[in-house]
Amino acid sequence: MQFGIFTVGDVTPDPTTGRTPSEYERIKATVEIAKKAEEVGLDVFATGEHHNPPFIASAPTTTLAYVGAQTERIILSTSTTLITTTDPVLIAEDYAKLQHLVDGRVDLMMGRGNTGPVYPWFGKDIRDGIPLAIENYALLHRLWREDVVSWEGKFRTPLQGYTSAPRPLDGVPPFVWHGSIRSPEIAEQAAYYGDGFFANHIFWPASHTERMIDLYRRRFEHYGHGTADQAIVGLGGQAFMRKNSQDAIDEFRPYFDNAPVYGHGPSLEDFMAQTPLIVGSPQQVIERTLGFREYVGDYQRQLFLMDHAGLPLKTVLEQLDLLGEEVVPVLRKEFAALKPAHVPEAPTHASLVTARDAVVADLEEVSR
Amino acid sequence: MTKLVVVTAGLSNPSSTRILADQMAAASVTALEAGGLAVDVEVVELRDLAHAITDNLLTGFPSGALADALSAVAAADAVIAVTPVFSASYSGLFKSFFDVLQPDALDGKPVLMAATAGTARHSLVLEHALRPLFSYLHAVPVPTAVFAAAEDFGSRGLADRIERAAGELADGVLRRPRLMAADPFEDVTPFEELLGA
Repeated sequence: MQFGIFTVGDVTPDPTTGRTPSEYERIKATVEIAKKAEEVGLDVFATGEHHNPPFIASAPTTTLAYVGAQTERIILSTSTTLITTTDPVLIAEDYAKLQHLVDGRVDLMMGRGNTGPVYPWFGKDIRDGIPLAIENYALLHRLWREDVVSWEGKFRTPLQGYTSAPRPLDGVPPFVWHGSIRSPEIAEQAAYYGDGFFANHIFWPASHTERMIDLYRRRFEHYGHGTADQAIVGLGGQAFMRKNSQDAIDEFRPYFDNAPVYGHGPSLEDFMAQTPLIVGSPQQVIERTLGFREYVGDYQRQLFLMDHAGLPLKTVLEQLDLLGEEVVPVLRKEFAALKPAHVPEAPTHASLVTARDAVVADLEEVSR
Repeated sequence: MTKLVVVTAGLSNPSSTRILADQMAAASVTALEAGGLAVDVEVVELRDLAHAITDNLLTGFPSGALADALSAVAAADAVIAVTPVFSASYSGLFKSFFDVLQPDALDGKPVLMAATAGTARHSLVLEHALRPLFSYLHAVPVPTAVFAAAEDFGSRGLADRIERAAGELADGVLRRPRLMAADPFEDVTPFEELLGA
């Protein structure tokens, strides 16, 4: 099982000091956080994509390449890549290039974005959100798998005999997850391709996530990619820890109360009861996270949101120490003990190359 | 069993809005039973859900009792909606409840609208505020909407209007085939169809 962190790159005032970091500080902090994630033994660092203040999450491949140059092992991913408003031809190039630069340590999570005006900013119509996600990904899927593509669709100019360059590393495209909070169509899309499905999980009640994952698993099996319990599932999570759980609650409360998204709404206690937010001791984070498996089944990737709502860099780095030293080693052991052998791990570049070579060897065997 | 859900947005306790809602519910049950239907009535008091409604506006999902209330409205065969008049329209709480209701929950559903106010000067609120709201939500508001100013609670005319409106609601329920809302998790659109769209 893979463990990691995902960031939305928000520039939010620290409610306890009133201080807002500069874009420069937040961008550099994001790099520090990613490097720390590798240092404490996490598997994945994922960055969101936003094209407006108060976010610094535009140009994700620039950030990921810069992090990739300063890390050795961690998988670089997105949370999410805007498949709706970004030209799939550019996504094909950008992430194939990144794949080469960082020796295959790349995967992507497709999403539609949550800022309405991003559609008109990029010349699109928000009412086409789902059709854009479907058509653009269908093209991207071909660009990474076919050397020469002729294509015509509704949303971009046609392609005639086009070759996307560079070709994916070792001829194997990056693994793709599809992320959605509420659209069954996206779970269906992930199932159709046999791609991963990532449930944001953190902003909605568990019952909702359970239904989305169940749909994805059923349809994954329907499309012949394996049994439902072999589908590739990722979940978001959100945690804030201190050794003593009351200290965690006291320290995190002002950040929660003023957070973008849910601030000034439900109480911290209500939101913890209604969503997967965990504020408490490392042991409580372990127990609650293990509980996710009870309603989504054995899953492959757990990402935590650790750096939002104005938390200072120093605090975030302390949180990552706790996550890497006290929480993840226990979770790895516990989840591994529970997982049946026929449930696969999340695909990596190495495993995809091995799987591809096995198929090629089989075909050669048959042709002989 | 025919399910009748009464949404009432009065703020005081007891409220004249709730009194009107109860009278309308009783008249509707009588009219539906006269049509041969057994009726189950559920009352949704928005005052009790006020915090949860605001939280839903901020977080995007309904919690506990609010989720149950929204499901009840979605599953209802008919709805009675009653609001006090605030600043020449429905109350903000009343509107917020319908703002967090899933968009297709009232599709084709007979709705009986009613409002209370201190004086009769506000009576057209039903026609210029509530009726467009329910038309927008694809509900079928019955022709008679019931307005009650404080003085109406002492007049025979109010009971007559309630009876007439309740009769129209019962007619709407009896005429309407029972529709089940589609479940997007069960009735999934196959991907080939999405791809071809």
